[in-house]
Amino acid sequence: MQQWLQAYLCIVQYRKVNRMQEKLKIILKNTRDLLEKAAGIDETEMIRVKVLGKKGELTDILKSMGKLPPEERKELGRAANDVRKEIENLLEEKFAKVKEAAKEGRFRLEKIDVTEPGHEFVLGVKHPLTIVTEEISGIFMSMGYSYAEGPQADTVFNAFDALNSPKDHPSRDMTDTFYISDDVVLRPHTSTVQIRTLIKQEPPIKIISPGRCFRCDTFDATHSPMFQQIEGLLVDEGINMADLKGTLDSMAKKLFGSATKTKFRPHYFPFTEPSAEMDVSCFKCGGKGCNICKGSGWIEILGCGMVHPNVLAVGGLDTEKYTGFAFGMGVERIAMLKYGVDDIRLFYENDMRFINQFK
Amino acid sequence: MLVPIEWLKDYTEVNVTTEEFCEKMIMSGSNVESVKLFGEGIENVVVGKVIKKEKHPDADKLSVCMVYVGEDEPLQIVCGAANVAEGINVAVARDNSRIPGPLHGQTQNEGATRIKKGKIRGVLSFGMICSAQELGFDDKVIPVAHKDGIWILPEGLSPGADIKEAMELVSAAVDFEITPNRSDCLSMIGMARESAATLASKLHYPEIKISAASDKEAKDYIDISINDPALCKRYAAKIVTDIRIQQSPWWLQKRLMYAGMRPINNIVDITNFVMLEYGQPIHAFDIRQIEGKRIVVETASKGEKFVTLDGNERALDETMLMIKDGMKNVAVAGVMGGLDSEIKDDTKTILVESANFDPESIRRTSKKLGLRTEASSRFEKKVDPALCMICAERVCSLIEMLGAGTVVRGEVDVYPAPESPKKIDVRPARINHVLGVEIAAEEMAEMFEALEMKVEREGEILRVMPPSVRRDLDSEVDFTEEAARMYGYDRLPVTIPRGNSEAALSREENLRKLTRDTLCALGANEIQTYSFVSPKSIDHIGIEEDSRERNFVHLKNPLGEENSVMRTILTPGMLEVMGRNWSRKAEALKCFEIGSTFGKDLIHEETLPQEQDALCIGLYGEGYDFFTLKGMVTEMLNVLKIKDPGFEAENGYRVYHPGRCARISYKGEELGIMGEIHPDVAELMGIGQRCHVAEFMFDKVMKNASTEVYYSPLPKYPAVARDIALLIKEDIPAGSVEKVIREAGGSILESVKLFDVYRGKQVDNGMKSAAFALTYRHPEKTLTDEEVTKIHEKVLAALKEKFDAVLRDV
Repeated sequence: MQQWLQAYLCIVQYRKVNRMQEKLKIILKNTRDLLEKAAGIDETEMIRVKVLGKKGELTDILKSMGKLPPEERKELGRAANDVRKEIENLLEEKFAKVKEAAKEGRFRLEKIDVTEPGHEFVLGVKHPLTIVTEEISGIFMSMGYSYAEGPQADTVFNAFDALNSPKDHPSRDMTDTFYISDDVVLRPHTSTVQIRTLIKQEPPIKIISPGRCFRCDTFDATHSPMFQQIEGLLVDEGINMADLKGTLDSMAKKLFGSATKTKFRPHYFPFTEPSAEMDVSCFKCGGKGCNICKGSGWIEILGCGMVHPNVLAVGGLDTEKYTGFAFGMGVERIAMLKYGVDDIRLFYENDMRFINQFK
Repeated sequence: MLVPIEWLKDYTEVNVTTEEFCEKMIMSGSNVESVKLFGEGIENVVVGKVIKKEKHPDADKLSVCMVYVGEDEPLQIVCGAANVAEGINVAVARDNSRIPGPLHGQTQNEGATRIKKGKIRGVLSFGMICSAQELGFDDKVIPVAHKDGIWILPEGLSPGADIKEAMELVSAAVDFEITPNRSDCLSMIGMARESAATLASKLHYPEIKISAASDKEAKDYIDISINDPALCKRYAAKIVTDIRIQQSPWWLQKRLMYAGMRPINNIVDITNFVMLEYGQPIHAFDIRQIEGKRIVVETASKGEKFVTLDGNERALDETMLMIKDGMKNVAVAGVMGGLDSEIKDDTKTILVESANFDPESIRRTSKKLGLRTEASSRFEKKVDPALCMICAERVCSLIEMLGAGTVVRGEVDVYPAPESPKKIDVRPARINHVLGVEIAAEEMAEMFEALEMKVEREGEILRVMPPSVRRDLDSEVDFTEEAARMYGYDRLPVTIPRGNSEAALSREENLRKLTRDTLCALGANEIQTYSFVSPKSIDHIGIEEDSRERNFVHLKNPLGEENSVMRTILTPGMLEVMGRNWSRKAEALKCFEIGSTFGKDLIHEETLPQEQDALCIGLYGEGYDFFTLKGMVTEMLNVLKIKDPGFEAENGYRVYHPGRCARISYKGEELGIMGEIHPDVAELMGIGQRCHVAEFMFDKVMKNASTEVYYSPLPKYPAVARDIALLIKEDIPAGSVEKVIREAGGSILESVKLFDVYRGKQVDNGMKSAAFALTYRHPEKTLTDEEVTKIHEKVLAALKEKFDAVLRDV
């Protein structure tokens, strides 16, 4: 009886094991079938829950295995684990597939017309005269020139007397220079800053000074009673005219391009001796002659010279020991040439369609 | 200074092409403004003689002329000029010819005009009789006799000859820019001196020969006294009798015309010729008009009147130097002669005046009279007194040469203080030092000698005596330039100055640049407007009397009312730019300007005006409102490290909408003002939209600004956020609420931010709901809920107490 019972139980057990193995096969098959048909992430997840969830079919089997004797448990356990692994693989594969499909669907849905315009982010633009001034100042600052400032309304002394301008020089006339009182003018050039600096500072003096100037010119395409200049001054021991040429030639190459050539012509200014005007090779035609350079191949861009000893003396300098050079250029003129602007008045009209072009 | 090359060749050799000549002259210091070519564009134009003139059958003003051009058959030509006559020589543009000038009656010159035969009012015309203008002469140089008609050519030309050859038309004139220091170059000889030095040629002076056939002496005719020797250095006069006024010969006319002057008659032409030749203005008086045989040079009396040669009556004053005879004024010295002393067709005896007047006096007089002449513009610069006698004699020799008069022996020459020649010591070593070259002393001496200077060599020194016409050479430094230009600026070496130096922007310019960069990044364009404005610009924007904006600095000599004062603020300029852009259909605009403003120094009247920087920002356009501008302003100040500026409502500044304007301050100091522009102002300025402007006293902004950055450690402990929505009365400013929250919140309240204001359905009239986001954080520990709640309750209690604020469910 004992033996029989034992054998019977063994058979039952065996059947039970067999049934459970069957069941495992069925679960695997069903899951495979279901997954094959399943369409989205949600459906796939439902299948996962159905099989592997807390109350899932496979979970149940795994749970019930605890009651089995160790040998069978071992055997069945291996089988169940194999099935679980396979199902997990299937699920992983399926999830990958449906996620990919879902993404593709989303991409289709989210497609945009990339040719539609972008949102507006508008950077403001500096005034063209500021752009040119900053560029030129920057060039000189890279050569070690510091920035100096002076008032726009200045004394007749700083504007004329100290600059060696003869008492009867026509530029002093009320037809040429704006007067505020007998002793105060709107400066007709930035050279006033030369005097202010020479009086205030000991050599070496190396400054650049941009600013507004005023002359009694009536408005037309090339004249404006208000305009802007950039003044430069270098005073030290042993400064000579070759240095002046080298400095301004280097500036011109940086401003207009390295192929630019310069030409220095004799000229006259009361505050420099010798004085010169500098031409640059026409940056439009390169010197062949065109409408910009009026056929000459050269464009005048600044006045310069060796500081007159009488001017250095105003600053109390020993004129035997110190020499220097000075230069001044018109910002509007350079901007007009550089950008091809044909009417100086445009700079002060501030039409946004004009300003916006200098971005 | 227009210099005909042919004329120059009278004194020196010019053996290069015009182009090369110009290039060399430019490099030696005589800048060329333009080159005028004569005789260009003339083709197939010949000399013709009018042998018959008949009235056109169908037109009153036209004549039908038969013109002999050296061929068997004369040409039939229809001519409309009134001065065409039988027997005269004319320029004939034949069938298929070209002329350079515009056709008579037309102003536009589209290059060369082609002439073809054709019918004029039914009569065949085989060409055209030309005016001087049609052959390329400027209207202002054509003699009056043929100014409005055809050009009547001199006699003795052979018909059929090419006009260019017969009249020797083909030539060039170079227009030189003469700088104010080089009065010597306002003459052909002066330019010849430069040319000779430049081209290494010789300079020849004209030969002056007078046979003086008269048996009288000049002093029998005239007595001269200079009563104001400071204003008249020298007065020389010659007398010429038996004057025969005629047209000048073609060579003389051509010289003047090519140099830009209109020939008048032989005597006037000679005086002009000598003026152009030497640079010495000459005046010829009809001796009949000089009473008492006396010339007195002295200033006028105040209130005197005088009619000048041009027929205008001039008011004189005591500063004006006059030429008088025994009784009356006869000329404004060095400027213009009187109407009565003009050379007339029946003038028989003339006094040739060759004088030297004070430049400053001439300039003042010419300015006061509004009268600038060839003479005055030369005297204004310095003329060499040594020229007086030479030129008087040169005039006489030319009169004699043309057979236009008989020169009286001797002269009257009053020269109270003759000049002695200048001698200047020059150190070649110093010149080389300044130029950065090593020119040998001997070479330098030769350069000076080429410019007609005398040079004595004394060891290391050159003692230089410039010719007396060179009024510009006084000290060594002047010779540095002479040496440089003769050596050639282009031959000077090119070096970079030795020595190093630190470059720095000024603090102000650095801050201006940062502000410009910031505002550009915020989308604003920079503008620049004029520093001088109309005083009305302030009226337009409603600024009150006696305000600082009306403390104008006035120009003594403005171009006009519209730019007669210096701007005190930038807002008017900004509004003008906004109006201009609005009228040009700019839908939206955001811009700014940084610039000087000016104010009278009311304490020290005689010192310089006060100049202060201002900043103005302006905008209009859809979606832009007060808070757009406030946002820009706040961020800009933020970049300048001006944190938490104050904004206080202002309703009394009439530029702005009284309910939409704020004074901006920092640490109790006012920095500026901003707001929506008053609708009346906007309308007046032509801006058809709400527009907003902020104006700062930028000097004050810069004073408070900083560019320094300090790092503060990142917070280590978490923040606790609490949002509250408060129901408060409409007129309680959000700024005040925020201030109370901050005070009550104390140090652990890290930030407060108003994020929503609601008025409407769920909120009673006169009330608003303001939602604030509060962030609490302790720098050294994690705050507990209780700790936060304790402070938060305190905040709410304070709000309740101060504003009766009720917490509203969010």
